[in-house]
Amino acid sequence: MGLSTFIGGVHPFEGKELSADKPIQVIQPKGELVFPLSQHIGAPAKPLVAKGDAVLVGQKLAEAGGFISANVICSVSGTVKGIEPRLVANGSMVQSIIVESDGEYRTVEGFGAKRDYAKLSKQEIRDIVKEAGIVGLGGAGFPTNVKLSPKNEEAIDYIIVNAAECEPYLTSDYRVMMEQPERLIGGLKVILQLFDKAKGVIGIEENKPEAIKKLTELVKDEPRIEVCPLQTKYPQGGERFLIYAVTGGREISSAMLPADAGCIVDNVDTVVAIYNAVCETTPLIRRIITVTGDAVANPQNFEVRLGTNYQEVLEAAGGFKTQPEKMISGGPMMGQALFSLDIPVMKTSSALTCFTKDEVAAHEETPCIRCGRCIDVCPEHIVPQMMMAAAERNDLELFEKYNGMECCECGSCTFICPAHRPLTQAFKEMRKSVAAAKRKKA
Amino acid sequence: MSNKLLNVSSSPHVRSNVATKNLMYDVAIAMLPATIWGVMQFGIYSLIVVLVTVLSCVLSEYAYESLMHKPITISDGSAVVTGMILGLNMPPAIPLWIPVLGGMFAIIIVKQLYGGLGQNWMNPALAARCFLLISFAGAMTRFTDPMTDAIASATPLATIKAGGTYDVMSMFIGRIPGTIGEVSVIALLIGAAYMLYKKVISIRIPGTYILTFAVFAFIFGQHDLNYVLAEVCGGGLIFGAFFMATDYVTSPITPRGQIVFGVCLGILTGLFRIFGGSAEGVSYAIIFCNILVPLIEKYTLPVAFGKGGKKDGSK
Repeated sequence: MGLSTFIGGVHPFEGKELSADKPIQVIQPKGELVFPLSQHIGAPAKPLVAKGDAVLVGQKLAEAGGFISANVICSVSGTVKGIEPRLVANGSMVQSIIVESDGEYRTVEGFGAKRDYAKLSKQEIRDIVKEAGIVGLGGAGFPTNVKLSPKNEEAIDYIIVNAAECEPYLTSDYRVMMEQPERLIGGLKVILQLFDKAKGVIGIEENKPEAIKKLTELVKDEPRIEVCPLQTKYPQGGERFLIYAVTGGREISSAMLPADAGCIVDNVDTVVAIYNAVCETTPLIRRIITVTGDAVANPQNFEVRLGTNYQEVLEAAGGFKTQPEKMISGGPMMGQALFSLDIPVMKTSSALTCFTKDEVAAHEETPCIRCGRCIDVCPEHIVPQMMMAAAERNDLELFEKYNGMECCECGSCTFICPAHRPLTQAFKEMRKSVAAAKRKKA
Repeated sequence: MSNKLLNVSSSPHVRSNVATKNLMYDVAIAMLPATIWGVMQFGIYSLIVVLVTVLSCVLSEYAYESLMHKPITISDGSAVVTGMILGLNMPPAIPLWIPVLGGMFAIIIVKQLYGGLGQNWMNPALAARCFLLISFAGAMTRFTDPMTDAIASATPLATIKAGGTYDVMSMFIGRIPGTIGEVSVIALLIGAAYMLYKKVISIRIPGTYILTFAVFAFIFGQHDLNYVLAEVCGGGLIFGAFFMATDYVTSPITPRGQIVFGVCLGILTGLFRIFGGSAEGVSYAIIFCNILVPLIEKYTLPVAFGKGGKKDGSK
């Protein structure tokens, strides 16, 4: 009690015990790797290589295609087999660079060289982060260098590390905190060097007491860093709800940026990626992924090279114990259902979750009884029940009037609905329709 | 991988275990203490009244849905809850054909004709009670005194209205004339506590309702705490506040709207009871406020998170 949190939220079954105590295993890819040009928010990257080119670990395969975009870095050495559309986790075909690994992992010059971040200028740090192709690894994939370059640098007083890991079943951030805490703190110090007036806060849900203990111990002599335990509640790790909890009540709307509230928020793995890029000259070529769910033989956490096939990652976890009814890229609350494992691990791939039973299909939809649970749990304080009424009539105007565009698609309303109505699904479609109608008007 | 097809659907991929059915049965369970007390007070015939009302509601729903070729929804428990509320609203010695008629009216006219579960704009059980009250005023207001078994004793509220006094303690425990389920405040509160604990209802509507009514009774009735307590414990207020005003379908869905709703109910009940012709006013107050629900909701939409925050500097 008394821990910081936000108003609303739900308590789905956590399921983290499946993989929480499994140390991160490093796995190496076999065969070809796929690097989608669009694995971040913003413009797709532009390819710098062509079919037949020899490439090295750490080599830039594609460069940012605009201000909000990110470089794509090669994670293996080998040969470019082609550039073609490939299936990714969200079900669409994305133009991708295909690299055949030679299994030798030869690196570009200077790769892995140690650097002292304290001697770098602010601009140098930002440039390194940009070159390294770092984006938000929590799931959204927003280019990190853009985040680190707010309009008003002086106004930033909080650097928040999103270590809530509120998504059920996911344990990758937890493992990073347990195994590489000094890298996490190192990365946070790098960011703090960019913002003189800011203090660093690591926000962790209280269901990870070991991580809280470990990090609190490590930062006790750091004047600018503190650990902030948070109530365990989904979606505590939603950027804006995390800001609200950590700063004691700063609210921003979905149209605003964390910087508008004086905050920069980065996920655990992202901060580690910043450390690796700045202090060890290692661009973003790996990520931590949790393979879990009751259908997986040995749920565990892996460090994988970006571009690795999901099937290989699953096999590393022993394959399926039972035939799954549902496979999800990400966690059960916000992840995307998969129909094929022939997809690459991308910068935003946090987990592969496989369930023996599909809960969605098992629950029959019944009429709304207006119980109001959706409104009570909505972290956005909007009105899912009424938005659904607008969605059923395809009334875009009414949907917007009910603040439908504020919806963060966290799924809390759909989780709690006793009538099991597909609220979030309808809202996703409506939000796209409203945005499309606006573009048409403009 | 075998050839079994995978399910693909939009997130979230997990669901809470609480379904409509669970909520309905929780409400029914919450009414059991009051039912048991009623049967202990008024005898086995009152149990038959409640059972017959429930049966009438469930069979009406089944018959209507069968005739209209709609999916049969009697297992969702909503007809059972309607039947229990209506049954507990019956005087203990009512002829059985009256609750049977009431159950049919509640389910077919008030609920199904408007489109079934979730579509009715007024509480089916209450609407049926008011229908019966208007149509069969005599039988519906003939109460038994549990102490003497005499017929046609005045309820405490009527006694108070006529200028008499009544023992608040026996009203709290339920040794008074009244409908089967409304007499025992303590039994009703046990059920209410169960619903609050299971988070079936929130305290917003019953809390503001009872509080507003108490304040109203104090100001416009008598400046006497004993009187206020008797008014709160008497009649259908506690039963209405926790079991009828909180009906999901016919109460506001917005949190602030629920508070406004409770306040409106308190004021209206006070008006009806203190300035009206009858000693009772809970049923009519709730039905009247059911009509206000869309209006209340319109003006009590919650403020979205972060809306109104200003850019660059929200410190």
